[in-house]
Parts: sequence; structure tokens; C-alpha cells
Amino acid sequence: MSAVITASGLSKQYKATLALDKVNFQIEPGRIVGLIGPNGAGKTTALKAILGLTDFSGDLNVLGFDPRKQRDKLMGEVCFIADVAVLPRWIRVSEVVDFVAHVHPRFNRAKCEAFLARTKLQPAQRVRQMSKGMIVQLHLALVMAIDARLLILDEPTLGLDILYRKQFYQSLLEDYFDENKTIIVTTHQVEEVEHILTDLMFIRDGKIVLDADMDAIGERFIEVMVNADKADAARSLKPLDERQVFGKSIFLFDGVSRAQLESLGETRRPSVSDLFVATMKGTYA
Amino acid sequence: MKTSTTNTLFWLVKREFWEHRGGLFWAPVITGGVFLLLNLMGIVTGEVLGAGHGFNLAFGGSQNNMNLLVKALDKQSMDTVGAGLDLVMYSPSMIISIVMGFVVFFYCLGALYDDRRDRSILFWKSLPVSDAATVLSKVIAATVVAPFIAVVVGTVTGILMLMMFALTLSLHGVGVWHLLTLSHPLQVMLNLVGSIPLYLLWALPTVGWLMLCSAWARSKPFLWAVVLPVAIGVAIGWFNLLGTLNVSNSWYWREVLGRVLLSVFPGGWLTQVSHIGGDGPAELLSSLGVMHTYAAIGSLNLWIGVAAAVAMLAGAIWFRRWRDDS
Repeated sequence: MSAVITASGLSKQYKATLALDKVNFQIEPGRIVGLIGPNGAGKTTALKAILGLTDFSGDLNVLGFDPRKQRDKLMGEVCFIADVAVLPRWIRVSEVVDFVAHVHPRFNRAKCEAFLARTKLQPAQRVRQMSKGMIVQLHLALVMAIDARLLILDEPTLGLDILYRKQFYQSLLEDYFDENKTIIVTTHQVEEVEHILTDLMFIRDGKIVLDADMDAIGERFIEVMVNADKADAARSLKPLDERQVFGKSIFLFDGVSRAQLESLGETRRPSVSDLFVATMKGTYA
Repeated sequence: MKTSTTNTLFWLVKREFWEHRGGLFWAPVITGGVFLLLNLMGIVTGEVLGAGHGFNLAFGGSQNNMNLLVKALDKQSMDTVGAGLDLVMYSPSMIISIVMGFVVFFYCLGALYDDRRDRSILFWKSLPVSDAATVLSKVIAATVVAPFIAVVVGTVTGILMLMMFALTLSLHGVGVWHLLTLSHPLQVMLNLVGSIPLYLLWALPTVGWLMLCSAWARSKPFLWAVVLPVAIGVAIGWFNLLGTLNVSNSWYWREVLGRVLLSVFPGGWLTQVSHIGGDGPAELLSSLGVMHTYAAIGSLNLWIGVAAAVAMLAGAIWFRRWRDDS
């Protein structure tokens, strides 16, 4: 199956800043891609370009469509949740379900109602009477009832409590995701998505600084806990990062052989957040 | 589920109605209600004052002057009475249409701006709906749905008002039901409904301009929509004063500013029709009938306005597509 998204030389210039700088990437179907980056790195701009919400230069192909010229067709196959609380505040649950049912050809009303039945949402309830968590439940019920090939989530759980956040990703995995669907998610709550991601993309200053699947990342990046006596030996291997825990040093290495590192101490797979912090060092300096 | 273009458009218009139920539906209904209430208060005041002075309403009394009067009416005065009653039926529609003008004005101004401000545009844009269809649905809501509701509510209010007067008079033994048969409620209704297409065409330049500002302005669309044309008018006046420019000031204010800002108020097209008015209510009425007012269709002014509106709405669709600020 061909790629869901192919970007080559994708650039976006806002007045003074270059939000995307000749970015190249490719996303295959059946993946869950985490697009992770510091504030202002260009995450949202990249998503907006994919969704045809903003103009850009370079080539971008999403599901065979050019988002600039064929946006209306594209949106039949793409869904997105752009952070919480973008549902119109005046609308009622029954109205929004009715509306989407009649304008979206791939919407399954029965499915949506089944999802809604699991929540406390009432048909006559207006969005303005809901908590942030409930708004997301409604939005997710709508989106999961649409048989789209690509789902884009831009900070979908911002400001939600842990119960809603866990439930959000759990629903996505259990009731929505399959090998024909692709999900792209940006979030700052890296710990919560890292176990569901299949691919990781780090973006910094408009450039993709890391683009790999999780298996490759496990091969490439290794964390070693080193006793003080071997610390200098570890440092000579040029670690990405070093931090101290309980009198030991934890080093993060990129592309050093596992056998070599095992001789220094206990190795393990780094968490995405540690990897992120190490990669983004000096971003705000 | 079936989603043809017209079906989508229908649901988009319905969506507009849901969102603006207050302005599109309740505003005319409440205006009509208040109108009826004021009339009722007037009747009660008349009754109370009349009774207090031992005076039994203008027409009443044991002599039943009104009955005698009705009997004495000849053909021409019957027409006059009928026309007068028709005018009474029109009166609530006039008030309601002014209210509707304000509603449509502010509706258009917010139509493509409010959802950018509260970012719900990101939800609407996540659906497979073209920006052209979105803008078109809002134009339909402003130029067809709003006047249609206003006409229906206006007609119902007019009929209720007539009934109210009839009932009051019949309490005084006046057989006004007969008098009421002289009025032409169907004709009134037809004239009002018939004026909707005229309203659509006439209001388009204002709707187009307001929606253009609504789609374009990053903030304060009202200020842009109003200040820009007024500033141009002032500038023209100033250049005229200096004698460097020869554009008629009054022409600008009437034909440009008036058309881009005030044409949402119904009846403006009457300026394009000759011989409005006449002697007595019957002639006035016939000059206001659709048969006569459709002469406005032949005016260049109206069609220039429509052409300008099409251009401005195309601009609004473009900005709706590419404005990237939410």
C-alpha cells in the first residue's frame, strides 16, 4: 500500500519566522505517529498544511490529494481534533450528531450513538454546559464513527484530567485503530502516548530532527546506568546526555553498540521524554 | 448516508437556523408579541377611559353608528375601508422587517467571523463541506430564511391584530366581522411573500460586503465594515471641497454606502420604482403591491448591486478558504 502522506521540501514562512524548513517525510498506513516538538517548533503548522488549512511551498500529497487544491475531497477521508473545545459552544449533542450524519458520507450514526451511550452526555445538552473532558468525549464519539483513513490529533487531551486522558487513548486503540487507519498525534504529554506510538518524529525549529519507528529507536538509542568508576569511559563514547541518579550516572547514547554499552553497566531503552529532552537541549536558550 | 450537494446545503442552512434561532425566529416573534401587547394596552386604555367618561368607544353606543355606517358604505368607500384594514395588517410586518434588518446586518457581520474567534471553525473545517457551500448557506439564511420567517410572523401578527380589533368592536355590538371580509389577507400575504425574491436581490450587496468584512477582518469586523465606507465618503467630501475631485458626494452616500450598509433593511428597492403613494390607502396599497414594485427588477442599480455582491461573496469564499488565524 502506498504512503498516506508524502512531503518533500515542505516549507512554510510566516512573516518573520520559518515555521517549516524544507521538511521531508513519509507516513505509511496503519501507523500511529507521534509528532513531538517544543512549543513553536512547527508541529501545528505541519498539521495545518496536511489538512489544507494553510498555504505552503513544496510538495505534499495526502491520500493522493493535494491539500491546497482538493481540500473538500480530502476531508471526506481525514478527521481531526484540534485540541479541546473547538466544538461550537451553542450546539446540542443531538444537533451535532444530526448535522454530521447528514453532511459526512462516511459517518456511522449507530456507532456514534453507541459511543455516546457509554458517556453521561445527554442529547439535549449543549457544549457550553459540558466540562472539557465531556467535550472531548463528544468530539471523539463523532470522529470515531467516521470511517476515515487518516486521523489527526493536535493536543487532543490538553487540560484534561488523567481519567479522561487515559480513556481517550484507550478508546482510540480499542475501538478505532486498525491496519487501514493512520493516526498522527501531537502532544506534550509524551509519557501517555509513548506506549501506543509506532513511529516517532521529533521536530525542532521547523526541521525534522528524528524520524524513526519505535523498534529502530530501541536499537539506536540506549540508556546505560554507569557507576562512578566507569563514568569517564562512558563520557569518551560521546553520550547525548548525562544525568545523575543516586550517585550513579545515566548516559544516553545514540548509535553505540549494545555490547559495548553493556560492559559499562545496566542498559535499558530510554523513555521518549528523556530522549526528547536530550534531543531538544538548548532549544529555549 | 446520502449526502448530495443540495442535502448538504439544506443541513448547513438548518445549522445556521439552530445557531441563530434567537435572531431569526425569536426576534420577530417577540416583536410581533410586543406589538400585539401594545395594541391590547391601547384598546384597554380606550375601554377604561371610555367607560370612565361614560362614553362607549368611538363607534359604540346604543345607536350603533358603526352598523349604520357599514350599511351606508358605497362601493368606493368599501374599498377604502378594505385597504385601510390591509394597511393595518401590513403595519406589524413593517416593524418586524426593521428588526429583521438589524438581525440580518449583525448576522452577516458575525457569520464568517465568530467561529474564527472561538476557533470552532476548526471543527466546521474538519467536515467535507466546501467553503463555497458554507458561505452560500449563510447567504441563504440571511436573504431567504430571515425574510421568510419575518413575513410569516408579520402576517400572523397582522391577522391576530385584526381579530383583536374585531373582537373588541363586536363586544360593543358592532358587526365588524362583515367589515373584516373587506380586507384581503391573502393578497397581503402574497405581496409580502412575493417581496422576498426582491429582498434577496436588493440586500445582496450589503450581505456581500458584510460577509467579506466578516471573512477578512482579523478583529472588529463591525468597525471595518462601517468605518471604511464612511471614511471613503468623508475623503470624497474633502476632495470635493478642495476641488480636486469631481465625484458627487450625495451619489456616493446614497448609491454606494447606502447599498453596502443599509440594503438589508427591506423596502429599499422602492426607491427604484416610480409613483409610490397616491390618494388614499387603496392607491397607496396598489403602488406597494408586488405587481408594481417588481419594476425594481428593471433598474440598473439593482443589478449592479447584485454583480458587486457576487464579486464580494467570491472574495468572502476565498478568505474563508485561506484566512489562517485560528
